Amino acid sequence: MKILVCISNVPDTTSKINFTGDGKSFDKNGVQFVINPWDEYALTRAIELKEAKGGTVTVLNVGEADAEANIRKALAIGADDAIRVNAFPKDALFVAQQIAAVAKENNYDLILMGKESIDFNGSQVHGMVGELLGIPSIFPAFKLDLLDDATARLEREIEGGKEVLEVKLPFVASAQQPMSEPRIPNMRGIMTARTKPLKVVEPIGGEPKTEYTNFSKPEKKSGVRMIDAENAGELISLLRNEAKVL
Amino acid sequence: MSVLVLVEGFNGEVKKSSLEAATYGSQVAKALGTDAIAVAIGEVQEAALAALGAQGISKVLFDDDVRLHNFVAEAYLKVIAQAASQENAKVIIFSNTNIGAALGSRLAVRLNGSLATNVTELPVISGDSFTVKRSVFSGKAFADVNLTGDIKIVAVKKNSIAVNSDAGSNATVEKFSAGLSDADFAVAPKETVMQETGGGVLLPEAEIVVSGGRGLKGPENWHLVEDLAKALGAATACSKPVSDLDWRPHHEHVGQTGITISPNLYIAIGISGAIQHLAGVNSSKVIVVINKDPEAPFFKAADYGIVGDAFEIIPKLIEAANALDK
Repeated sequence: MKILVCISNVPDTTSKINFTGDGKSFDKNGVQFVINPWDEYALTRAIELKEAKGGTVTVLNVGEADAEANIRKALAIGADDAIRVNAFPKDALFVAQQIAAVAKENNYDLILMGKESIDFNGSQVHGMVGELLGIPSIFPAFKLDLLDDATARLEREIEGGKEVLEVKLPFVASAQQPMSEPRIPNMRGIMTARTKPLKVVEPIGGEPKTEYTNFSKPEKKSGVRMIDAENAGELISLLRNEAKVL
Repeated sequence: MSVLVLVEGFNGEVKKSSLEAATYGSQVAKALGTDAIAVAIGEVQEAALAALGAQGISKVLFDDDVRLHNFVAEAYLKVIAQAASQENAKVIIFSNTNIGAALGSRLAVRLNGSLATNVTELPVISGDSFTVKRSVFSGKAFADVNLTGDIKIVAVKKNSIAVNSDAGSNATVEKFSAGLSDADFAVAPKETVMQETGGGVLLPEAEIVVSGGRGLKGPENWHLVEDLAKALGAATACSKPVSDLDWRPHHEHVGQTGITISPNLYIAIGISGAIQHLAGVNSSKVIVVINKDPEAPFFKAADYGIVGDAFEIIPKLIEAANALDK
């Protein structure tokens, strides 16, 4: 079983988000980057499947050299090797084209990633990769088991419920909680990760179809209005008459 | 050319999120001087489709193949792609539901178009540029994105657009067949399980959400959250620790790694407001925080706050809510 896990290098959830003076790009200054939390569910599930059934887990990142710290972290958690496509991830389609190119060369049985990244929140790459490769893409999956070498059973979330699917390999699945319990790398993992292969490849062409022209931040809230607990019922009339949401 | 809107049916009705998409689509059509046409999928009655005239839809294409009652990506894609080609659609509007996200990304590649998801406002159209605003960085920022492809696909964030309901003419409902084969249904669900909804309202579609955290002390106290939700016509939700402790099911977990919601009103009870929780709820229009700790960080993100014991406060809120004219 060959599993490919695509990871994104994203600002930590607790980061203050700032943009460059012209508002055109994200300001990385002082920001701690992490493996996209959704991708961690995919990564740990891939490692669990490998531990149970054998095989390899390859981690793929489309990004610049500063992503390598988190690629090494993925190796420390338990992936076997890694590929970095050396490019600024211009947009979802561009990233999907890079992933599809790597996948075409290596014939993975399973391609996993998070349901979205916490920076661009696009939820686009999984479907685009599936379509580019002509294989199913299951979004968003919170349970993934292998029934045999050729078939998987997945549960995906739909509005108000879930669907159970049986899908022939290969396919793309995008993970969400509670697909697995993300792991913290241990010392042995960190040591072995240093010598695991990390291959850097150059991007194929690939044209973005979107252009980010400006970033802005939401207006600050005007501040909280406190209501005395003794007169808690007053909240309801404020919500109706002032906020007009009831 | 035309603007095409994907409309999802549910239990015979059109989903509220699809009414938002229809409103959005007809406004875009107006700006482009063309018609908004819908393509309907799922279990929905023709009368509900005709009523989409109120949102400015002129015509609805409807494939009533019962196999389409369940979500089957390939079959749905064929239906939408054929409708888009038949109507020469240059703009396609979805709601950013799980179905919308699963389809939009594949459709963008199939039609060689541009896609923006999580869109919060109508586009700014000028000459060749078609720029939409989308929510990014888990609600901490917005980005303006120009869609440069010939076909522009927009997935509208739920509860971002007020549904237009002009009483007026009905939309024409036209039977439509994409000529689907069995192969298009190869990846079909074996089983579909719908959730029990505490307050009777589905969380992702809800306009009002009442949410509980560890401050409620245990699952045996959840009737308080449910009773308040019932009194307000709200859905119920919870924080991550509560779902991790199995007090409540995972599908109620809102936050960074749970579901993201943007209701008109979010009432958080006994939730301290960790940044991971805020990431899932910070685009709610009005936030109410009830917590016994006056230093709880959530108060900084709130519009209204009450410091005190939830077990005393909630019954007062239920009483006041029940006294409202409905």
